[in-house]
Amino acid sequence: MVEILLDATVRAGTPILFATLGAILNERAGIINLGIEGLMLIGALAGFAGTFYSGSVFIGVLCAFVAAFVAGSIHAFITVPLRGNQIVSGLALTMFGIGVTALFGRGMVGETIVGLERIALPGLSLLPVIGRPLFEQDILIYTSFILVFLIWFFLYRTRVGLNLRTVGENPAAADTCGISVSLYRFLAVTSGAGLVGVGGAYLSLAMTPMWIENMSAGRGWIAVALVIFSGWSSHRAMFGAYLFGGITAMQLRFQAIGTDISTHILQMLPYIFTILLLVFSTIRLQKGASQQPQGLGLPYDREDRK
Amino acid sequence: MKLVIERRDTSSALVRFLAPVASIAVALAFAGFLLLAAGINPLEAYREILIEAVGSIYGISETLVKATPLILAGLGVSLAFRMQIWNIGAEGQIYIGAMGATWVALFSGLENHWVLMITMFSAAFICGGLWAGIAGFLRARWNVNEVIVTLMMNYIAILLINFLVYGPWRDPQSFNFPLTAQFADAARFANFFDTRLHSGFFLALALALFLYLFMERTVWGYQIKVIGSNAQAARYAGMRTGYAVFWVLFLSGAIAGVAGFSEVAGLQYRLQHGISPGYGYTAIIIAWLARRSAIGVVIVSLLMGILLVGGDSLQMLWQLPIAFVYAFQGLILFFLLGSDFFIQYRLKLIRGIRYG
Amino acid sequence: MPELLQIEHIRKTFPGVVALDDVSFSVAAGEIHTLLGENGAGKSTLMNVLTGLYHPDSGKMRLDGRDVHFTSPRDSLARGIGMVHQHFMLVPAHSAFENILLALDKVPLVFSSGEYRKKIQRLIDTFEIDLDLDTEVWKLSIGAQQWIELIKLLLRNCRLLILDEPTAVLTPQETERLFKVLRLLQQQGKSIVFISHKMREVVEISDRVTVLKKGRSISTLERGNFDREILAGLMIGEDKIPHWQKNLQMSEKIVLDIRNLSVRNDRGLADLDQVCLQLKEGEILGIAGIAGNGQKALAEALTGLKPVTRGKIFAGDVDITHSSARSSYISGIAHIPEDRKSIGIAPDLDVADNLIMKSYQNPLFRRGFFQNRGAIRRNAEDKVSRFAIKTGPDGSPVRYLSGGNIQKVIIARELSEKPRVLVALYPTRGLDIGSAEYIHKIIVEGAGHGMSTILIAEDLDELLKLSDRIAVMFRGRVIGYADPRRTTREEIGLMMSGEKQDQAS
Repeated sequence: MVEILLDATVRAGTPILFATLGAILNERAGIINLGIEGLMLIGALAGFAGTFYSGSVFIGVLCAFVAAFVAGSIHAFITVPLRGNQIVSGLALTMFGIGVTALFGRGMVGETIVGLERIALPGLSLLPVIGRPLFEQDILIYTSFILVFLIWFFLYRTRVGLNLRTVGENPAAADTCGISVSLYRFLAVTSGAGLVGVGGAYLSLAMTPMWIENMSAGRGWIAVALVIFSGWSSHRAMFGAYLFGGITAMQLRFQAIGTDISTHILQMLPYIFTILLLVFSTIRLQKGASQQPQGLGLPYDREDRK
Repeated sequence: MKLVIERRDTSSALVRFLAPVASIAVALAFAGFLLLAAGINPLEAYREILIEAVGSIYGISETLVKATPLILAGLGVSLAFRMQIWNIGAEGQIYIGAMGATWVALFSGLENHWVLMITMFSAAFICGGLWAGIAGFLRARWNVNEVIVTLMMNYIAILLINFLVYGPWRDPQSFNFPLTAQFADAARFANFFDTRLHSGFFLALALALFLYLFMERTVWGYQIKVIGSNAQAARYAGMRTGYAVFWVLFLSGAIAGVAGFSEVAGLQYRLQHGISPGYGYTAIIIAWLARRSAIGVVIVSLLMGILLVGGDSLQMLWQLPIAFVYAFQGLILFFLLGSDFFIQYRLKLIRGIRYG
Repeated sequence: MPELLQIEHIRKTFPGVVALDDVSFSVAAGEIHTLLGENGAGKSTLMNVLTGLYHPDSGKMRLDGRDVHFTSPRDSLARGIGMVHQHFMLVPAHSAFENILLALDKVPLVFSSGEYRKKIQRLIDTFEIDLDLDTEVWKLSIGAQQWIELIKLLLRNCRLLILDEPTAVLTPQETERLFKVLRLLQQQGKSIVFISHKMREVVEISDRVTVLKKGRSISTLERGNFDREILAGLMIGEDKIPHWQKNLQMSEKIVLDIRNLSVRNDRGLADLDQVCLQLKEGEILGIAGIAGNGQKALAEALTGLKPVTRGKIFAGDVDITHSSARSSYISGIAHIPEDRKSIGIAPDLDVADNLIMKSYQNPLFRRGFFQNRGAIRRNAEDKVSRFAIKTGPDGSPVRYLSGGNIQKVIIARELSEKPRVLVALYPTRGLDIGSAEYIHKIIVEGAGHGMSTILIAEDLDELLKLSDRIAVMFRGRVIGYADPRRTTREEIGLMMSGEKQDQAS
């Protein structure tokens, strides 16, 4: 029972985890991205279509990354060199994503593919309770484990990661150090978007191996909230994503058992929980427990004089 | 050689007016390519949209019908924009407003038409306002990001409506369809010219005028403008910005809530799933395109009304999903943001490094 | 000595302001060359041009005798020119180590902390610097932050180091240590551009001194040809100060009484330290001091923008120590803020709306919920003509106005309720001469009608011209007074740098 619940938790948390990690990369460079929801949909459709036409899940995931990367570059182009309003551009990206996937997804509705398969890691998967949830999963889940570590390592142990954090914290300082603020921001937005796309692909390749219009159902927005909860760090993002996975798993479990509580009310839980979590994290933020990148949301203009 | 960006000191009124018009035009062209890629002839599609939406009296009336909730929700969102508050939750506020109005229509026991109208209006106003007010309170009290809160509240609102129409409010005679009972005639708007055009449209125009006066003529409107322009200066002048944040979001949601009232009293005559196919999201674009002006909201809403009516007919003709309209709206915003750049900056070539 | 860097006829303008006008100077290898000038003389702008942060409108730069155009600080760094800015370019959230690492070239993608740490630690030990590498920068003292900036440049092997007022934030002991390090560097053949206005230090450390005044380079002197008096004279100028003809019969009535006022900043350090000031009716009290010595805190405490830690402020008999911005305005204290765009105006609103920002609740301008647009318009027409404000077309936002006109809008608004006290912070900074003259006239006229003014300015000419009395601030304290009719600029200049105290105080 606990095992099943944990397994469902990890599976439900994974798309959100990818999306949150992508959003963290964006915001670490100082760019707010409210287009996560749209990017997830683009990733979900591209991933599904890629798999459908090629027969290879790997190519599907690659398609998802590339499609979201390209879509993310619209946001990057508007917010970085053109210094447009990041909030509006992100919203536009979400709308664009919803619309474009609805348009191009018409042909995919009702089609089926063979989704991602579980791979049992020898030995580890036999561990009691955590064996199956953690070590008998599909390749994307393993990738997400590695990614959480890699992003931490990238941000805190590599030169490029340090530069990226600097661009997000204090673009003027980065500029004087000879770091190209525009290049870093652009690439952080696009590659973050690519990760979000992979999160979307997880929806259409693993969770429910089919394409459904608007199938992200607000997960992108939950990811945006989780970024604040995570304090812009990847391991806390993992914790947050699984917290949501857990709530979703419980809610599904409740529905499966059949309770007197309406399914509609149960379905509200993740959203209500997001708000509560956001309030909680914001209060923590103000107490100085974590700090948002100081350059977040501000376009950088070298000759800007007060 | 190197390209350098310089801030313009001023920009001409002409440029500022042309930018949104040009953005829509370019977005139209771009959306054409998307349609082409999806196997639809864009010119035929655009012609179809125009004929359907403005080619006949009926078409025009349908455009006005679609524009009604857009004007109302757009006014709400735009009011919050004036204070740099992002109300992304108009969609949910429409539903909750509709819920309030429906409760009055079905369960209050009132029978007089005008009493019903006023009570339904107030219920929608207060429900929508309180719904948005939650985000307002959280923002004012703890500076919680209102974008995410209002957006999450959309999902919650829609689920709440589903809960009601699948559960306690379901009409026993509906053959298990998720619908409430139909409203009595006294709880319905009047229709005009034998079309679906209803009083809600005129209510929307009246509210636009009201909001215009509110912003331009009242002390509160003045405070909102000052806070929106420079919150620090407003505090320096002694204004209570937190207080204002709550009330502006309340009012913003309240007006969006009235859109819900208008939809159930003028069009649907009952509460059901899908009474707003995303009007609340379109409202965000409208507010941004209208650039702070209530009159602008009306004009842009009419344009978007054309798009929605046309989109409906494309859906019927070619099974084009109505969500395509979002893609188009997203494109308009992209190009508008892009054009803003050229209003504020100019490009200049300078010499790069050259050694000896 | 061969010239390392030559700058010729540089001109740089910002919208409405000529920041640099035909500036030339040069630096030789192994030289410490000081740029001397008052605040606003253009020193920082010149350095920003030199490092490629700003693009000059015209003029030439030569490095090793070859023409160069830097388009970004990266270019200048690559050519061995590094700068320690007055406002440090550090990332507060990063540790000292990370900040230093950022500045280094050729750090491999994955850095091993150990190796670099050793290298940096060696440098720290050589110069006997007190710095913990793992502390986040925001927790470090200003002095320690400056060491980080210097270490960054040293590790990059810069040939030319530019230090923008490095000693302004240092204790005398730290300054000594810095000078020791600078001399060491000089021996290694590095060139140093030193920016300061502390005469004693300039005379002590410089090989050559170039004096900047109002955006122009007016003179360059070799060691041996300058001393403190000569430099002070050059920097401040010898032209006559036209003291405003004022009514000398001043009332003895005290309108503002500041008693032992202390204000602490966010870090818990004293911005104001037991300041006592008394302002008489109709008096213009000038406050002189190098920026950052408590002037801003004084203005903010007086106008209710910053909480008072200790002490009292009385306006007449009323204790206004803890009143808000609004209530101090109502009780008759007007304020011309330093940062006019960030707190002075609502940039998207028009002139009429900005003029009533503080009095919009006045019954004159409202009828119940409604605004009295007629009265607001008439008020605007009246103010616009009285203060000679050049507005754009009707209803155009104030952000399109020039700096001078924006300042006039603020002054017109602040003076409209006939305040008893005006606290003016750098009221003419960045304005053209005409607008500045006009604002002087308004302040003096106000004094004629019994308004008292606390005038905080950086331009000594302005203070000497307008003030009845000048109080000099240093490190959060009033260290002395000067009588503008008797004092000299040199005397005030020495007091500003904390080198001379007024015996009377």
